[in-house]
Amino acid sequence: MELKEKLVSSFLAFENRGNIDLDSTVHAIRLKAIQNFEKEGFPTKKDEEWKYTSLKPILKEDFILFPNLEKSVDYKNIKDYLINDIDSYTLIFVDGEFNSFLSETTHDDCDVCVLSSALVRPKYKMIVDNYLNTIANKNNSLSELNTAFVKEGAFINIPKNTIVPKPIQIINFSTGSEKEVLLQPRNLIVVGENSYVQIIERHQNLSENTTLTNSVTEIFLHKRAIVDYYKIQNDTNESSLIDSTFISQKQQSVASVNTFSFGGKMTRNNLEFYHEGEHITSNLNGISILNEKQHVDNHTLVNHKFPNCESHELYKGIYADKSVGVFNGKVIVRQDAQKTNAFQQNNSILIDDGATINSKPQLEIFADDVKCSHGCTIGQLDESALFYMQSRGIPVKEAKALLLYAFGNDVVEKIKIPQLKTLISKFIAKKLNVQLGFEL
Amino acid sequence: MSKFTEDDLKKELETKEYEYGFYTAIESDKFPVGLNEDVVIAISKKKNEPAWMTEWRLDAFRIWKEMTEPEWANVHYVKPSFQEISYYSAPKQKKKLDSLDEVDPELLKTFEKLGISIGEQKRLSNVAVDIVMDSVSVATTFKKTLNERGIIFCPISEAIQNHPELVKKYMGSIVPKTDNFYAALNSAVFSDGSFCYIPKGVTCPMELSTYFRINEGGTGQFERTLLIADEGSYVSYLEGCTAPARDENQLHAAVVELIALDDAEIKYSTVQNWFPGDKDGKGGVYNFVTKRGLCEKNAKISWTQVETGSAITWKYPSCILKGDNSVGEFYSIAVTNNFQQADTGTKMIHLGNNTKSTIISKGISAGHSHNSYRGLVQISPRANNARNFSQCDSLLMGDKCGAHTFPYIEVKNKSAQIEHEATTSKIGEDQLFYCNQRGINTEKAIALIVNGFGKDVLNKLPMEFAVEAQKLLEISLEGSVG
Repeated sequence: MELKEKLVSSFLAFENRGNIDLDSTVHAIRLKAIQNFEKEGFPTKKDEEWKYTSLKPILKEDFILFPNLEKSVDYKNIKDYLINDIDSYTLIFVDGEFNSFLSETTHDDCDVCVLSSALVRPKYKMIVDNYLNTIANKNNSLSELNTAFVKEGAFINIPKNTIVPKPIQIINFSTGSEKEVLLQPRNLIVVGENSYVQIIERHQNLSENTTLTNSVTEIFLHKRAIVDYYKIQNDTNESSLIDSTFISQKQQSVASVNTFSFGGKMTRNNLEFYHEGEHITSNLNGISILNEKQHVDNHTLVNHKFPNCESHELYKGIYADKSVGVFNGKVIVRQDAQKTNAFQQNNSILIDDGATINSKPQLEIFADDVKCSHGCTIGQLDESALFYMQSRGIPVKEAKALLLYAFGNDVVEKIKIPQLKTLISKFIAKKLNVQLGFEL
Repeated sequence: MSKFTEDDLKKELETKEYEYGFYTAIESDKFPVGLNEDVVIAISKKKNEPAWMTEWRLDAFRIWKEMTEPEWANVHYVKPSFQEISYYSAPKQKKKLDSLDEVDPELLKTFEKLGISIGEQKRLSNVAVDIVMDSVSVATTFKKTLNERGIIFCPISEAIQNHPELVKKYMGSIVPKTDNFYAALNSAVFSDGSFCYIPKGVTCPMELSTYFRINEGGTGQFERTLLIADEGSYVSYLEGCTAPARDENQLHAAVVELIALDDAEIKYSTVQNWFPGDKDGKGGVYNFVTKRGLCEKNAKISWTQVETGSAITWKYPSCILKGDNSVGEFYSIAVTNNFQQADTGTKMIHLGNNTKSTIISKGISAGHSHNSYRGLVQISPRANNARNFSQCDSLLMGDKCGAHTFPYIEVKNKSAQIEHEATTSKIGEDQLFYCNQRGINTEKAIALIVNGFGKDVLNKLPMEFAVEAQKLLEISLEGSVG
């Protein structure tokens, strides 16, 4: 059976499992979404948005939608994947289910808990009704698919005037209890006025089995809220990730999303910013270092609707072996969005001949008093710089790595959590296969 | 002193009629509307074409029937109904003309109005003109000078008769019949166009030039241009267009094929000033053009275009850099005003080693118009040391227009070096203020700034065109700053 039919026919079974209340908002949202998905199906390469990324080889697997939850996970299994040397709230999901033993949640100053409980508790009904699935792109059939099976994920609700004292880690593990598993986590994050939060998100496969994660995150920033969001994508070569993140910003808020892609078989990042007020800043940073047959597709959209807003986009890529990098950055400046500053940059380096980069930095501008620019470069390491370092006794491998480090450093520098910065530096060193003996 | 305010400017601009919008009452030979195999055969017969050509056209027609109109471009319009167009229109003429004296005086007057009086050009300028008026070449000048050097420059219908081996070999080799909807349509029904062959090692002594006009209301114009530069030759080719004002939309689907063999160089310049429609967006020409060139070893093709006209422009002059060390260039200024829409750009396909390409695209949008740049830079896995530099700048005037860029960059070779940059801006108040303060009025200041903005491209035009192009820019844009 085709995956699409399988998903559609599993829908009823899924809803029945949860003893769903037929009058609830969630039920209505799910029903609408599954209908949309049934109509649209999975995107193909004929869709302009999927021109360079094919889901075909991934979708032919026989994915299990409801994995059995036999395998238990201990702290020792997962501790390598946590950032341990910082105090943080942690939300650990194993095969799509929340693991309360390994997690650290809170309801004190803010709510850091799980969506499944938020969906049923009357206390959170208002928030769920007001926010859930309001900004997820309805034309994105994969996010609709996620919505149809919305059940579990992180639920973070920060009231106004709150600085969340420690970062929040959201980690989704898959244990490989089934040969092929499809996971669909759903995160809902609401940040009140004048509040601040740092969030780290990661997906990790603990086995050699195939995993496809179709994750959707909705983030709402109220006035003057600040969110720093970090996505670590360093999964096994059997894992594919489709991540859709939708961010809605009210005036004077600042949202920064940093995406670090080092692993995984296929990664597709849809990142969309919607502005709902003036003086908003949106920052999008990304670094991809790929080798073997990895494929990363970064699709971003910044939709400027109001005047005096800014967006800064910087994506760097280093592609080796037969890896493929795709960048599609879309900036739309609507007619009313005068005095917009929108900057977009995509720099790539191809290390090997089999590697490919497809870049499409796209600007659509309807307002005249704006400063918008985009730049895109594809090149190699500077021969003379390499020669200089070699002449000073640095071996060519290290010299190359040093230059590549420097190339990616613009993005690494933006990380505000020191421990995370160290971790990312380690990932980069490992990926470039060098030991520099110092930390950047 | 009366003050010429921005509002006045705007008004003047809106009410400015299309300067070249006249209609010459010449009796013309016109086919009934509609398109089917019989019409295709009839066109071919009318031209006295050999059987292979008729077959070629029919083949194209069959391909076209299976195709659908492309919808990916960032333009919105009422699709032309292809069964309501007359596919052939030629000024009625009894016999072939030998000299200008025999040309219909009415026709000559038209050319004079357009400022391309043949007589004057013959005497004063060094330009050979192959004038195409409603699909049939009526006069070719300077043929003799060119003949002496072995250069063939004639209407394509003549080339089909006289040089079938060249036409057979090259026609459709760069833009195949199957390429796209409009190219297929053109292949089936093309009425005339220019053919040019520069023999080995010959540098064409003058700028070759063709003027296209669409004269008869309700006829589509399907031009076909084939330009072959043999090894080591050089040619500079100019193409200029104006069309009379008409209410119904006119369709233009041309195909231009350039072939630059080893060490050859082709410079192809276009000034396009077809009727863009009036200030309410009514009327105007639909311009769907396929232009492509092939570069062999060490060859160079340079496209320069100034696009100020047409209601809809859909045009991507491209270079296939097949040979090693070949060079492709694309310089473009596209100006849109009122309700014009332009989706234009280029494709640079790098196949050979050490190939280089440069793209400079300047878009200026005013009024309610939309101007898109759509370009592809593709480096194939075997193209070592390919180099590309692209720059697309947009200038917006007023808050109702739009500027869009859709660059596609596909690289499959590690030695490639690609740079792409794009900016969007408006005419700065401080720039205007500075000019005003120095005694330059706003109108002049805008012309100055716009000309400065487009200078990179205007510089690439041959002298004759540069002047005309600058004037066109001024006419199209004066006072549209908001």
